[in-house]
Parts: sequence; C-alpha cells; structure tokens
Amino acid sequence: MQKFTRITSVAAPLMQANIDTDTIIPMSRYVTAEIDTLHQFAFEPLRFNADGSENPNFALNQRAFRGAHILIVGPNFGCGSSRETAVWAIAGLGIRCIIAPSFGSIFYANCFQSGLLPVVLPLVTVEAFAVLAETEPERAEFTVNLETCQVVPPKGASVSFQVEPFRRVALLEGLDDIGLTMKHDEEIADFQRQDRQQRPWIYLR
Amino acid sequence: MLSDPLTLIDKIWDQHVVADLGSEFALLHVDRSLIHDLSGARALKTVAEIGHSVRNPELTFATPDHTVSTEPGADHVGPQYERCVKPLRRYSQENGIQMFDIGEPGHGIVHVIGPELGLTLPGTTVLCGDSHTCTHGGLGALAWGIGTSEVTHVLATQTIIQRKPKCMRINFDGILDCGVEPKDLILSVIGRLGAAAGDGYAIEYAGQAIQGMSIDERMTICNLSIEMGAKIGMVAPDNTTFEYIAGRQFAPRDEEWELAVEHWQTLPGDEDAQFDAEVMIAVAGVAPQVTWGTSPEHVTAIDGLVPDPAAEADSDKRRAMAAALEYTDLVPGTPLDGIPIDRVFIGSCTNSRLSDLRRAANLARGRRVADNVRAWVVPGSEDVKRAAVAEGLDTIFRDAGFDWREPGCSLCVGSNGETVAAGQRCVSTTNRNFVGRQGKDSKTHLVSPGMAVAAAISGRISDVRKLLN
Repeated sequence: MQKFTRITSVAAPLMQANIDTDTIIPMSRYVTAEIDTLHQFAFEPLRFNADGSENPNFALNQRAFRGAHILIVGPNFGCGSSRETAVWAIAGLGIRCIIAPSFGSIFYANCFQSGLLPVVLPLVTVEAFAVLAETEPERAEFTVNLETCQVVPPKGASVSFQVEPFRRVALLEGLDDIGLTMKHDEEIADFQRQDRQQRPWIYLR
Repeated sequence: MLSDPLTLIDKIWDQHVVADLGSEFALLHVDRSLIHDLSGARALKTVAEIGHSVRNPELTFATPDHTVSTEPGADHVGPQYERCVKPLRRYSQENGIQMFDIGEPGHGIVHVIGPELGLTLPGTTVLCGDSHTCTHGGLGALAWGIGTSEVTHVLATQTIIQRKPKCMRINFDGILDCGVEPKDLILSVIGRLGAAAGDGYAIEYAGQAIQGMSIDERMTICNLSIEMGAKIGMVAPDNTTFEYIAGRQFAPRDEEWELAVEHWQTLPGDEDAQFDAEVMIAVAGVAPQVTWGTSPEHVTAIDGLVPDPAAEADSDKRRAMAAALEYTDLVPGTPLDGIPIDRVFIGSCTNSRLSDLRRAANLARGRRVADNVRAWVVPGSEDVKRAAVAEGLDTIFRDAGFDWREPGCSLCVGSNGETVAAGQRCVSTTNRNFVGRQGKDSKTHLVSPGMAVAAAISGRISDVRKLLN
C-alpha cells in the first residue's frame, strides 16, 4: 500500500451532503471499466452534463482545482454501497486525502485499504476550510500531516485531527492488512481449534 | 467481582476475538464469508496473485446475483458474464468453494440465500462484499459489508481487522397499524433520525414490534441499517429465530442443534447492559411511507406533501432538498398520493422473500396493473421462486399484469443492464433512491411491497390502505 506521511496541495470543495457511492462511481462504470480507467468516471453525475461536456460548476473541473490532492466534502461522504471502486476512482484522480465532517462507514474503512487518508473534523471547521479553499483558490494550499495529525490551512491556526492509531501506523508505514494478519496465523489456528469444541456447528467439514 | 453486563453485540464480538490489536481494534474470526459476482472473482484472483490460498473454503459460499439477467429464458451470455459470473464460477471451483449457480436450488441474492440455507446463524460473524450484509442481523448474526480488499483479507485469513462499534438500541414500542409494514417503520425512522444517524454504531432493534415480527420482517428492518449510516443492524435471537432455522440445509442437526440452541439462548444482552445511544419509537400511528428525494432520509408519510425547501432552516439541507427535488422533478406542496409513475419493482434483498411476495400477491389478486405502468416481480432466490410458484403466486401476478421474472438483484442496482429509462419514475421496494441508482436520470420512490402493488394498480403513488377495505 502507498504510504501517507504529509501532503501539500490546493483542496477542491464539494460540500453537498450525502454524496453517495453511486454518485462517486455509477454502477454501469463499475461493471464495465478497468480499475485504471475508473477515475475518468469519478463523480460522473456531478462532473459531466447530459451531453458529456464538463459541468463548469463542479470544483474538480475548475482550473485551480484540477491538480488537487485534497477534497473538502460535506457530511456522510461516501454513504451507500461497499464498492471499493469508489475509493479507486477518487484515488485515480490523484486525491490522497478527504476532509469531511463524517463519512459513510464502509467507504471510510475502504479508504485505508488504498492509502487514501480520511480526516474527520467538525462541520464548522470543514465549512471554514471550504471557504478558504475557494478564496484565491490557486494559492490556497493546505498541508495534511499524518505524523503530527494536523491540517495546516492557508490562513489561520492549524487544526488537529484524530485517526485510529492502528490505521495511522499502517498508513505511515504503507503496511498491508493481510501481511499484518499473517503474523497471527497460529492464533487463528488456535482459535479455530478451540472454537470447534465450543461451537462445532460452525465448522461445516 | 461481577463482570459488566453485556449487550448482544458485546457478547458476539468477544466470542470472535482472535487477537487484540490495541486501540479498540481486534482481529475477529469470520464464521461465514459470502461472495458474489461483483467483487468475488477479483478478490479470489488477488488472493492467488499475492501468494495465498483461501484459508477456509468450507466456510465460504458463492452465488452470482448482481449481474445476472432476470429475464425468463435468458441465455446468460454477454460481457458481464465474461467479466463477473464466469470468473466467479472458475475461481470458486479452483478453490473448493461451493457456488449456488444460476437456476440451481440455493441460487439467489446473497442476503436472501444465506439465511434461507441456514448458513447465517445467531451469534455468527457474516462478512460479504456488499453493504446490505447487515440484513443477516435479523437472525442475530453480527454481519456487515466490506470492500474488495477486505474480502480478499477474509478469504486469505478467515478473519477481519475491525474497530469495535458503539452500540445503539432502537426500541419499537407498540404494534404496526393495519396496512403498515416493517419497511414503512424503518423508512420512517431513517426520515426522523437521518441518513448518517447510525455512523459508527451497530444498531440493536428491540421492543414489542420487533418481537412480534417474522424473521423475514426483521431482515427488512436490519437491511436498511446502512441507509441510516450503521453498517451493522441486529435483532436478538429468540424462539422465532430458532423455529426459522430448524431443518434448513446447513443448520445444525440432532445433538449439535441442541448445543447450538443452548448457546444461542445465552446471546441476548444482559438486562442492565448499557448502550452508547438509545432511541424510543412509538410504532402506532406510523403511516405507509414513500421517499420523494435522492436519499432514504427524504421520506414522508403517503398522506404528506412534497416538502418545501424554503421551509428548511438549515442552509445545507435546504440546498440538498432543492437539488433532490430538481432531480426527482417534483414541486413542493404536491400531494405524494397521486403522482403518476411509469415502473414498479418488487424485489431486492430488502423485500423479495416469500412473505413479501405473498403480501403483494394478496393485494394484486383480481386486480390489474394500470395500462401505462410496467411492473416487475423479481423473487429473491430460486427457492423463493419455486415456493411462490408452488403456491400459485406467479399466476396471480401474471393475471394481474405483472412480469414474473427470475431471481437476482435486477432493478435495485442496475448492474445487470436492467434499468429504468431516463426520465421515468419507478416505485420500488428497494433500499436506495440515489441519483442514477436504477439507471441514468431515473427517479426512484422507495416503498413497501404493499405500496408497490397499490402504485402498480392505480398508475400513481397511492395509499395501500385504500386497497384494504
């Protein structure tokens, strides 16, 4: 997994609440597109007009935000389905960090699997960041530092955030979960051996 | 010293901890891993690519549901079969995983077949790469949806890394009014609490209304937990649960059955267990519900009006409401009862079980689908289909002008190419009314099966209670 330590970038604001995974990557694209082309369809219903042209009001279509590595989004971002293609589509755009008041819970878990850092901050802070991001957008750079767990906005004091320590270390060191779990291989075998005595009906063969 | 009183969720959690990973994270054993055509093949392929094998194929079960055609007589060829179904079949076979294939007994929507086959049991952990895995909580299982990477992890290790969720209890006091279904009840709760209210929580549903519900009905309630933001929803197992499970294909038998029931009876939470949040809901007076917007929280009673964003004080909510109404093409102040529709869909992991189809067929019997409406019934599984046919439900539906189809996810998610056309309005027993969910620029109104029949018959969003007299 790709490591995350710190990133400095302009931040694209998408403050609409409840942006769901069907909006992030429509099912028709999930079924037909290859992983490395998913980003072309990220946010398709918001990003493109009915005729396929770009919607100029969508932040990621604006010159200042095209190269953004950070998204600033509204509450319950990524609610809906478990499709990890939603994370892959966003990561494919070059986004490394999403700042939100809250996330859909499965989307949140999926972010950590792909080296994408989800940062949860109070709604008022996120709204203030969105305003800063849009003021002089080309110069409004934010720094997100996972080592210090701080966001440094273009103006004003830096803000601390919390990430579960387990996930933080995995992201900082680029560790993958399967590798970590394999270290517990014997414990898994022991668990199953004992559990088979307790709950034999679980083990079907 | 007495130990702390535990909730249902605490007990199941504690029984599955393989290793404590610190800071509330644990490595949990996975009792049942269910895979499907959308992410299953990719995960199985990755397991091999990273040099592992499927640790417990005997605890893993596959079925194709998302991308299969539900058209009767379909030949099941095309790009989605090449990309999704065939690889699932091949990798399942190579890894010794039992697959319930198209047309065979046991095939169907993964959240319908798990309980139906007796794979989902009280106190089990059930993981699947689909957000509606919370459905299995209706049997007292700790079940939640995961992404493809975590599916890969489960296949390779038979465990999952998880932070312990907070516990919320929703108590339903009283019993449902006539014509009101569990679907209405849970939609009304989502409307009241919001689509993010359950974020970070596992929800236990309790109270008189839940105790009186069948397992099918409890599963409908649990199914919509994720639409409230909670990836886990559950009901404590009781005699209704045990009666449902007894005799199912993979259920324990004989001595093991006795042992299992004894164990399951210890699972309900201790009387004085503490919850991180608790909600009381009065059930009487809840009316049939219908959504008007693009989030399940955009819901109101059938006798209500399309809401006016101008009356919403919160500016973010006001903007979201306005955008939703622009998409669903509805004018504030319009009565919901009477809005013309084009399509009706009865199906999905929310409402496609035999009891749902019975309820719908009872209302459809002797009536006709409106001329301007195309109405589909898609049974949740091959077994549901066969049981419905044996009872003659298919004939009732066909005689009333419904299309009777084969099992699958179908119009709930459109991943099999079955979609609602742009601009069309569909009344649907599914779980999501997101933008484009049933097809690009399609409009979805979530309802109960009874309300879906009422809409099909009248050609409009309509109050099912008018059919009950």
